[in-house]
Amino acid sequence: MTNPNGRFGIHGGQYIPETLMNAVIELEEAYLHYKNDPDFRRELTLLLNEYAGRPSRLYYAEKMTRDLGGAKIYLKREDLNHTGAHKINNVLGQALLARKMGKTRLIAETGAGQHGVAAATAAALMGMECVVFMGEEDTRRQALNVYRMKLLGAEVIPVKTGTATLKDAVSEAMREWTSRISDTHYCLGSVMGPHPFPTIVRDFQAVISEEIKEQMLQKEGRLPDAVIACVGGGSNAIGSFYHFLEEKSVRLIGCEAAGRGIDTFETAATIATGRVGIFHGMKSYFCQDSYGQIAPVYSISAGLDYPGVGPEHAYLHDIGRAEYVPVTDDEAVNAFEYLARTEGIIPAIESAHALAHAMKIAPTMDQNKIIVITISGRGDKDCAAIGRYRGEDIYE
Amino acid sequence: MSNIGKAFEHGKAFIAFITCGDPDLETTAAAVKAAVENGADLIELGIPFSDPTAEGPVIQGANLRALDGGITTDKIFAFVRALRHDVKVPMVFMTYANVVFSYGAEKFISTCRDLEIDGLILPDLPFEEKEEFRPLCKRYGVDLISLIAPTSMNRIAMIAKEAEGFLYLVSSLGVTGMRTEITTDLASIVKVVRENTEIPCAIGFGISTPEQAAKMAGLSDGVIVGSAIIKLLEKYGKNAPEQIGAYIMAMKEAMR
Repeated sequence: MTNPNGRFGIHGGQYIPETLMNAVIELEEAYLHYKNDPDFRRELTLLLNEYAGRPSRLYYAEKMTRDLGGAKIYLKREDLNHTGAHKINNVLGQALLARKMGKTRLIAETGAGQHGVAAATAAALMGMECVVFMGEEDTRRQALNVYRMKLLGAEVIPVKTGTATLKDAVSEAMREWTSRISDTHYCLGSVMGPHPFPTIVRDFQAVISEEIKEQMLQKEGRLPDAVIACVGGGSNAIGSFYHFLEEKSVRLIGCEAAGRGIDTFETAATIATGRVGIFHGMKSYFCQDSYGQIAPVYSISAGLDYPGVGPEHAYLHDIGRAEYVPVTDDEAVNAFEYLARTEGIIPAIESAHALAHAMKIAPTMDQNKIIVITISGRGDKDCAAIGRYRGEDIYE
Repeated sequence: MSNIGKAFEHGKAFIAFITCGDPDLETTAAAVKAAVENGADLIELGIPFSDPTAEGPVIQGANLRALDGGITTDKIFAFVRALRHDVKVPMVFMTYANVVFSYGAEKFISTCRDLEIDGLILPDLPFEEKEEFRPLCKRYGVDLISLIAPTSMNRIAMIAKEAEGFLYLVSSLGVTGMRTEITTDLASIVKVVRENTEIPCAIGFGISTPEQAAKMAGLSDGVIVGSAIIKLLEKYGKNAPEQIGAYIMAMKEAMR
């Protein structure tokens, strides 16, 4: 679905400074070489299974299904992975690739901190240096994850520029990469940025849909009717969708963070409110003003608080293969609490956006229909913030 | 073919970068005039972008100050229209791809021609992506300036062969900003450039002192200075143009 220039329809590309061009070309060459290398595949599979705990469970949420009274609901439990989110799938792949390329240092951006923690984890495991850029605002929202990264031996650099959130962390990581390339791999955390990142990250996350398909065939003997995942940059969503792209009977639904609502300025719903633009190395949809200045976005979820979306999602939207829907803070918080009470599972607030939409559509579907919701991460990191949202005086 | 070549007709060129609207357009106009009166051969006008990923802290600051002051692409176009009555040296816009794309590439680039803007520098538009704007730049006679970096290596010849206006040689790894030392082997890069194109080659990123200017001018056809000028604007605000004039005079003197 990607052509040699890393295009997904009109989206994607390599809009980066000349200084980085040879680095992304070198990365692409290395990736094309190793992705079919049996030794690399074996090493990665071993890490994913023995270290990260794959395959992750496909859990039948019976109580939730009964309570909502419609479609049968399965949860893809990426929250059970080592480090507590899907981010580890991509990071182990990229860290292994970086090591094969002779790189000794990983840099990464992080929003909620899950990708930063995963990168720090992989670096610790593989004996690499690790520097994580995190918006200063996010270091406050996700203080526990900052401590976890430091505990794992990473250096965390709070980014104070702009809105001091994820987009600024990406900008700062890109700036750092232009200043130090020879020993450093930029371990991008989502299906965004310049080619080949959207393709590499997608391929490493595609294990999610590969497993869903296999597990679903085992449990139900058929494919699901819908797969639902949250979308910031969109890595867990593309991972959940990928092996269903050609299965046209499967509805693919991405849930964007609407923040306080898509009719307000406090939103991060890129496809619902953005326009095509060029930023962070790619052409895609971005929240921006009429002069192309990138808009300050907002979501309760630090992991979805990004003004753009991965180019493959932009393309899937354009061709109508996937649907993208906005979900507000309130809806996500309700879903977060609902899953905790109903199934005894505390999901990441990011994943709660996907849950919230499933809760809307499941009751409208027949009982013989099946929905899979990807629980991209666990919600321990969010408890204090959600407590505060509900007016409780909790600090980590 | 634009007028950019004229900037290189009187010996080594001094190219001054100034962010439009930092702290306001009146000061920008005075700064540009002071720069030209004191020997600047080409003016690079920055159109601010909210997230300038190729810039160091100094120019990032200028971008944000200008945007906070309410600057827009349309206000800058009106400003340049007036400025063109007084300023005859070649001028180029430096901004980011999204500013051009979002405005409507054809509307933006055709306006450049109307304003006698000679070229466009887009640091996030590498060789592989220049078709995004190049056909329109050709149609309207605006040079799309190519950049070469210390990491370009096997790409130098390819970029140089298709370069227009002048070649912007990035002196060092990293983002814009002043550096105490430039260690890249620029002479070898310039040699490959010379083998592949006739157009002039100017060095930028990290140049702030007369000594650096003299050395870089010795290696190439000119120097590009941004952060050092922006620093004066940051420090002296509305009174910066006089300081900028004196600074550029000293830099030009060192380059002779």
